[in-house]
Amino acid sequence: MSIVRGDGPEAVVGADLVQISQVARSLASLGEAYMRRICTPDEIAYCNASPMMAPARFAARFAAKEATLKALHLDDQGLDLRSIEVKQMPGGWTDLALHGRARQLAEEAGWSSVSLSLSHEGDYASAVVAVIINSRTGRR
Amino acid sequence: MKEEITTRIRDILTEHGRLAKEVAALGEDGDLYQAGMTSHASVNVMLALEGAFDVEFPDVMLRRSVFESIASIRAAIEELTGGR
Repeated sequence: MSIVRGDGPEAVVGADLVQISQVARSLASLGEAYMRRICTPDEIAYCNASPMMAPARFAARFAAKEATLKALHLDDQGLDLRSIEVKQMPGGWTDLALHGRARQLAEEAGWSSVSLSLSHEGDYASAVVAVIINSRTGRR
Repeated sequence: MKEEITTRIRDILTEHGRLAKEVAALGEDGDLYQAGMTSHASVNVMLALEGAFDVEFPDVMLRRSVFESIASIRAAIEELTGGR
């Protein structure tokens, strides 16, 4: 079966899975340097608001950033992970905010809307990023 | 000097790389991702390299290809340290 792309919107998905115990190990061994290199000050404040939940929250955010890179098809372009930010919304939902080069690349790719879902269970945290692309303007 | 850098890189990969095989068994051009290094582990490796060599990887170097082998990591370290 072949599928021919039309001129209408297209959907792109990125997903990632991170082991929470490995993030806990990184937090213990690399501490502040680890947090500050991956997360924005707001993300760090949210994650550390609950010491017990901090490893799971950092793991979910790392997964969200990697899932976004996958959705952007950017595994070999230099990008500061802090330019991909998970926003905690009232009611417990999360949203994705792109800054700087990440935002520029998303605009060039024709991203018109993006949705983020985070989850954690046991020793794993996961993230799924779903994107609607306006294929008429995107480079993909 | 080159051997010293390589040894330190191997030590850091042993501690932070979470490879599925012995680092000592890896050739300098061996693919670290194929050897089991995850994207999360590669960030740990990067931070450990920054501490060990007193450097900071700029955004343009935060690429998969920079961390895919011992040789590519060494080339990045040599570029960042300028041979000091």
